[in-house]
Amino acid sequence: MASATKPRPTPYDMLARVAAVFIAGFFLAGCGVNAIPTKEEAAKAAWAQVENQYQRRSDLIPNLIETVKGFAKQEREVLTAVVEARAKATQTRIDASQLTDPAAVQNFQAAQDQLSGTLSRLLATVEAYPDLKSNQNFLALQSQLEGTENRIAVARRDYIEAVRDYNTELKTIPGSWYAALFYSDAKPMESFTATPGSQTPPKVDFGQ
Amino acid sequence: MNRQGIRWATRTEPVFATTVTARRTGLVGFLCRRLFPVLLALLLVAPLLTVAAAAQTFPALTGRVVDEAGLLDPTGEAALADKLAAFEAKSSDQVVVVTVPDLQGNAIEDYGYRLGREWGIGQKGEDNGVILLVSRDDRKVRIEVGYGLEGTLTDALASTIIETDILPAFRSGDYPGGIEKGVDGILAVLSGNAAELEARAERNAGWSADDVTTGLFLTLFVGIWIVVIGTFVFAGLARFRGKKVGKNKYRWLGTTWSYGGASGSSGSGGSSGGFGGSGGGGFSGGGGSFGGGGSSGSW
Repeated sequence: MASATKPRPTPYDMLARVAAVFIAGFFLAGCGVNAIPTKEEAAKAAWAQVENQYQRRSDLIPNLIETVKGFAKQEREVLTAVVEARAKATQTRIDASQLTDPAAVQNFQAAQDQLSGTLSRLLATVEAYPDLKSNQNFLALQSQLEGTENRIAVARRDYIEAVRDYNTELKTIPGSWYAALFYSDAKPMESFTATPGSQTPPKVDFGQ
Repeated sequence: MNRQGIRWATRTEPVFATTVTARRTGLVGFLCRRLFPVLLALLLVAPLLTVAAAAQTFPALTGRVVDEAGLLDPTGEAALADKLAAFEAKSSDQVVVVTVPDLQGNAIEDYGYRLGREWGIGQKGEDNGVILLVSRDDRKVRIEVGYGLEGTLTDALASTIIETDILPAFRSGDYPGGIEKGVDGILAVLSGNAAELEARAERNAGWSADDVTTGLFLTLFVGIWIVVIGTFVFAGLARFRGKKVGKNKYRWLGTTWSYGGASGSSGSGGSSGGFGGSGGGGFSGGGGSFGGGGSSGSW
């Protein structure tokens, strides 16, 4: 049937073929062929928010150090520990393409956790200085720091959720087929592991 | 032309016959008839179930003042709601007061931002919502600030409002007074930067030019596709369903469809689309989001 009497394709046939291709594309999109890149971008955006909030904390620290120095110069050891931890945390950066590398993410997290630790030590030390604790500038910085820690917690949770969503898409059925067919370079991303202290912002006691 | 028409006719007839028998006796027909309604019902019911499950933990957004813990009297509550409504009319900022009996074991920071996202307080894209959240039994209060207002109502200012306006009144047991002073403080800070406030209000007055452009584009796009796909579908069907009126010409639905190069012509496309109107009456969130800005305190 196919060989000798093959009919010349009419414009109608051609149009039908073009339409079939378009409709197929439409249905594929409906079936989630775009889900992997969409979710990957969502996870990367969530990561950018995490970095952004950590950066915000980093930016608050010089001011905090200056204020504390004015009242408690003798606490040199804690102050230098914070400065060093901050320097290390600002150096340890990852760009979005390294999110699939567990070592890079763990490295980043370790540096930030180190900074969190020294910061809580600093805030604990401050308890011994009533003048500093009632200083207006310090109170403002303290509330900003507290708010930033809270934002970090929210950003981290959003990132964990976005990564979970993306990784699930890669491993479950329609997604894993699409990954094998179209996105062979898509790899699961690395999530945060909850470490004690980083999930709960340092509690600030207003001295009641 | 004529030969082609004949070939088409002979080619399509057997196909048509097999589909008819399959529908009558085959497994596929059985599945379609028996399973399809069940699947359809599941598809319709499933979203309702998930919505019901997700909404359990948070109180319903009944208005600008949601007094679940019963800390306010009705007249004060109404006055507060009016004040907040007037402020939103002026600035487009959505400020909401919520009192809950307890936080169900959550941290107030955690509860606050999730409640804000759940309700979608603030305008979409602008994220200019603020929630004053009071938990009676936990003795905790929080001002939760949406992304878009973090620069105006900073953590430090929120903390000041809590420490100087709200907590002293709460400590002496005056909950309505504390809440009112807190709201006054929040509104004062938000109106503090008059130029910025006006700009924000203007951006959110009705539909923006962007919305209209997107709507028109979508309407056109969807309309064109409906015309194109519809023409193909109808042209295909006309051959089987229509009455043959000549060489490669079929008459169906009042239109003559001809095949084999000549233009089929005619056919009308419906266009759909339009804008989702906002429901009048009760208060609802504008779709704003929260990222943990604000401050908390306890008494």
